[in-house]
Amino acid sequence: MSDAEAVLRVEDLRVAFDTRDGLLQAVDGVSFAVARGRTLGIVGESGSGKTVAATTAMGLVRGARVRTSGRVLLDGEDLLGASPERLRALRGATIAMVFQDPLSALHPLLRVGAQIEEAVRAHRDVGRAAARARTLELLEHVAIPDARRRRDAYPHELSGGMRQRAMIAMALANEPRVLIADEPTTALDVTVQAQILALLRRLRDELGMAMVLITHDLGVVAETADEVAVMYAGRIVEQAPAAELFAAPQHPYTWGLLRSTPRLEAAVGADLVAIPGRPPSLLQPPSGCRFHPRCPYVRERHREVDPALEPLAAGPDHRVACLLPEAERQALWARLAAGATPEQARAAAAGGSEEAAR
Amino acid sequence: MAAYILRRVLWGLVLLVLVSALTFVVFYVLPSADPAQLRAGRSASPETLAQIRESLGLNESLPSQFWTFLTSLMLHADLGYSYFSGASVGSLLIDRLPATLALTLGALVLWLLVAVPVGVLAAVRRGTWVDKLTTGGAVLGISMPVYWLGLVALYLFSDDIGLIPLLPGAGAYVPLTEDPGAWFAALVLPWLVLASTFTAVYARLLRGNMIEVLSEDYVRTARAKGLSERRVVLRHGLRAAATPLVTLAGLDVGLLLGGAVLVETVFNIPGIGSLSYDAIVNADYPVIQGTVLLAACFVIVANIVVDILYAYLDPRVREA
Repeated sequence: MSDAEAVLRVEDLRVAFDTRDGLLQAVDGVSFAVARGRTLGIVGESGSGKTVAATTAMGLVRGARVRTSGRVLLDGEDLLGASPERLRALRGATIAMVFQDPLSALHPLLRVGAQIEEAVRAHRDVGRAAARARTLELLEHVAIPDARRRRDAYPHELSGGMRQRAMIAMALANEPRVLIADEPTTALDVTVQAQILALLRRLRDELGMAMVLITHDLGVVAETADEVAVMYAGRIVEQAPAAELFAAPQHPYTWGLLRSTPRLEAAVGADLVAIPGRPPSLLQPPSGCRFHPRCPYVRERHREVDPALEPLAAGPDHRVACLLPEAERQALWARLAAGATPEQARAAAAGGSEEAAR
Repeated sequence: MAAYILRRVLWGLVLLVLVSALTFVVFYVLPSADPAQLRAGRSASPETLAQIRESLGLNESLPSQFWTFLTSLMLHADLGYSYFSGASVGSLLIDRLPATLALTLGALVLWLLVAVPVGVLAAVRRGTWVDKLTTGGAVLGISMPVYWLGLVALYLFSDDIGLIPLLPGAGAYVPLTEDPGAWFAALVLPWLVLASTFTAVYARLLRGNMIEVLSEDYVRTARAKGLSERRVVLRHGLRAAATPLVTLAGLDVGLLLGGAVLVETVFNIPGIGSLSYDAIVNADYPVIQGTVLLAACFVIVANIVVDILYAYLDPRVREA
């Protein structure tokens, strides 16, 4: 993606928290870009740094104990170095955010309408009546039925889906150029999830927003994202156009995510496989490849060498940080996709390479 | 809501009967001075004592005494007469209430005016010198007993025995209707002393609530909307953090209206607190009963008011 296209461009973002137990490197050199009308999906487990990366981009992670470096460019303007006043003016106007749990993200003691009105008036010099009218328009726009009455409701009086719609209406109050949606459907019922995703897609297309969709659910990404970045332990380990990522995933962690996600088209009887182990501590990340303690295909060398995110020979849009040879990765994924367990795939691949050696 | 309030009021009345029965039992079962003896003086003849007992109704059985008290209270709103001064308990309470009311409400205004900004500031500037100063001050405020602080205040600032005679000292209270200026001046030291502990408690509590609330998701949402930090803290933060404080303030006021005994005694303010203190010293049962009932009344009413207020402040409570 060229510079000219990208509305939001994050370059080598690093965020560390100075904790009592030492420096916690939550985000460690993350770069991505999103263009107008496009969606970037950021996928990873809890603690992979995806939310910290997004909230830092919004300027919501600041403080004496936070160490940030890199650049977050919004239309070319660096947000990391922006003054608090400048950030305030941009937040909610040019760049907006939708949060995971709308019940805790909406103020429980204030009416939904009042909270949206506030978002309007934070950036527009309009009176209360105009802001109220705009609020109604927004609530109707996000397809909240009986919007006039819902405007005067308190958050707890709405259903989860309605609350998230209200949250989205609030984020859209000033037609932002960038929308960051942090797990927008995680707290919702499955049927409601699909509705909210459809709503986000519609609004993205109507307003031509650049959207960053953060999720742990590859299913969500598959439906909505144009490009996907897979994060692990504060880093992007694989990044590719969505279709490409699902067709030919390269990183063992991505394989694990794919195999632990239920899919309709999966072979009947294929088991869901959890990724063994837990995400590493970011206070003392593993040496070498950060995924090596959980990787079924680990080699001795992987414990020492830290892989860089590099483009594939096949396609420069697809980048991966893995030390396994590309041909071997293809062989492994072919077997995994056919339903083999990691052990079987590894054994077969090992046999194959022995044959090749002979 | 109306039905709920009615139910609470009826329960309150039942509670008042129970409280008065308890006061009655405690007064007669636990050893205390003989009211007749106290009234008659040291060298009274047995005949005089018997006569006093007769006239006060002390010869009758305890249940019958309690019944008499209860019926005259219910039917004639009559709390009886002081064994000591002979004045009607009702009129004594009415005479003493304004001073207690003035003391309590003045102190309330003072402690809220100081505690709210201090608590908010300490939370927002957490870990800085402002925070450390207020946290330290709060510990000091909570640790100082009111009667001791009252005496120190008198020794320092009262115009009779004070090192720096600034303000009227103990016994300077005059009713508001008599001399507003003197009334106000006489109440300044008691207000400060009474408010000190509460200020400390409230500031600490608000600081804690505020720190918790400011880390809530909805405060992050408020920031993400691009609101000014001032609006984030005051409208979104304080709105949520102050709600429990309102509840506490209601209950504290209810308690204090029943008599701020220590402060009223130290500063010799003729309020409900000093009335009950004197009544206890004089074994003046009808007055004790009256003050206890009044205090219980205030506490019950405060509880009901707090519940209504809470439902008003927190829409989530309304439906429950």
